[in-house]
Amino acid sequence: MSQATLSLSRTRHSLAPWARIAGLAVCALLTLGPVIWTVSTSLRTPAEAFDLPPRLIPTSPSTEAYSGVFDQIDVWLLALNSTLVTALIAVGQMITAGLAGYAFARLEFRFKKPLFGLVLATMMVPLQVTIVPVFLVLKSMGLTDTLLGLIVPAFPTAFGTFLMRQYFLGMPKDLGEAAMLDGCGPWRIFRSVYAPLAAPGLAIVGVLAFNYHWNEFFRPLILETSAQNYTLPLGLVSLQGNLGTGSISVVLAGVVLSMIPAVAVFVVGQRPLREGITSAGVNR
Amino acid sequence: MTNTQIPAVRPQPPAAPPAPAPRRSARDRGTRLLATLFLAPTIVGIVVFTVVPIIGSVVLSLFHWNVIDDPSFAGAANYREAFTDSTVLVSFGNTLLFMVLAVALQLVIALVLALAVNGRMPVWLRSVFRSAFFFPLVLSAASISVVMKYLFNQDFGVVNWLLGLVGVAPVPWLTSENAAMATVILVYVWQQFGFSFLLFVGGLNNIPKEIHEAASLDGATGLRKHLGITLPLLSPTLLVASVVGIINALQVFEQPYVLTNGGPGDATRTVVMVIYESAFEQLRFGAASAVGVLLFVLIMAVTALQFRLSRRFVHYQ
Repeated sequence: MSQATLSLSRTRHSLAPWARIAGLAVCALLTLGPVIWTVSTSLRTPAEAFDLPPRLIPTSPSTEAYSGVFDQIDVWLLALNSTLVTALIAVGQMITAGLAGYAFARLEFRFKKPLFGLVLATMMVPLQVTIVPVFLVLKSMGLTDTLLGLIVPAFPTAFGTFLMRQYFLGMPKDLGEAAMLDGCGPWRIFRSVYAPLAAPGLAIVGVLAFNYHWNEFFRPLILETSAQNYTLPLGLVSLQGNLGTGSISVVLAGVVLSMIPAVAVFVVGQRPLREGITSAGVNR
Repeated sequence: MTNTQIPAVRPQPPAAPPAPAPRRSARDRGTRLLATLFLAPTIVGIVVFTVVPIIGSVVLSLFHWNVIDDPSFAGAANYREAFTDSTVLVSFGNTLLFMVLAVALQLVIALVLALAVNGRMPVWLRSVFRSAFFFPLVLSAASISVVMKYLFNQDFGVVNWLLGLVGVAPVPWLTSENAAMATVILVYVWQQFGFSFLLFVGGLNNIPKEIHEAASLDGATGLRKHLGITLPLLSPTLLVASVVGIINALQVFEQPYVLTNGGPGDATRTVVMVIYESAFEQLRFGAASAVGVLLFVLIMAVTALQFRLSRRFVHYQ
């Protein structure tokens, strides 16, 4: 009875389902359109890249643009730099956040509250506000224009620490207490009881770090001055600046190449990525 | 880490009471040592790369310094300059305008799409839509702006070609003052709305089905149901989405840097672009730090204001 009333009211008053779904499909197409255009244009010859109307399937598919981008810039070096920076930051953040998160969740020590407050407070500080002194600190360490200068400052993660603390707090306390009664010390309790359970939380930290730092532009732009230390986004922006508009498909081929790992993570790690993004304000 | 991050509103597990176990000092010492080792990388890193730089920004903002010569004390000169220099003032105006329009657009698009996706449809279709709207978030803002620069080109861009099909004359998307700001907003919102969308989808899932069913039985339908019931229940999510949206929008950099380089004139120059240019192009570290401190104050003020206002409008169940 209530079922009937419900469906009746729905069909009578709300937007027809097909109209709603058609509207969503148009929006999805608008959202993915620029990406589809990028892929399809990168597969045209540079000469055909200007052709309008833009055809979804290139008339004469060609990988000329892809060999072009390898000639114009050292894609392998850019990819190697990006991979090195991103991978080391992701692993580094998983380690620092895992350890600090565990300490805040499960260990007793002095100044725990103020220290955790400090960590939370730094989540509110935008990087752009501190970039000048950060640059000067790195300069005094001799780390400007090195990959290490990008990597090391990104190791501590306030948000990752917060997330891992929540994660460890969610684990049953009895596990550790049982291990303690069995005579395990605090290190053994961490190593053998809690750490093995932390993988899904660490995956969120790692995937978020990958997504953010693979795409990062502001810090590399400021820190890396020699082309040999460029990461992919930096290399692509300077490629567009150096080339005339004649080489659209070459630039787009570079963009497509740089997207591949991000798309791979999107496909494989969509759930941790979604969970991470919605529990953080991580973007860009 | 690096970007602005705000924890989602999420119930916290109750704090564990201190263990009443008899004091065993060897174990306590071990625990304290372990805690120190575990915290050291994070706390040292945060102090060196965030706390010291914040203090450093404030100190630097009181000096003139070009890195090469010795710094000289400037008093409030850098701040006076920030409040009188036309480029700095324009950049704050641009950033505020950008923030209002971009966040409003982003929230409306995300909310409408989240409500639409929440309606009845096959499960696979819902996950296709969800993935599509969320996809731009995983791309690089810089690379995407490179792509958009071609799409919005006045002469050979696809956007003007599409508009031409319905008889609209070519729009100078990147070269006229008003259009350039609109383009920067559109490109930014295109990439960002997926974030608010994901938040809203999560928020809608948390609203108990019985509430909607009860409302329907009472005769509430369509728009009235959403305005009267869904929105108030969604207001905590709206708060998080708008706070994070505003903080991020105030820091916009990649899109104007790549699309227009702040132009034409200063039409799309944002505060972060000014910080970047005065520090790393003109080597005026003191002036750049003063603008940075002002941006920080602005972000804090807007966030505080939002939480105050929200006390009146946000309903927690």
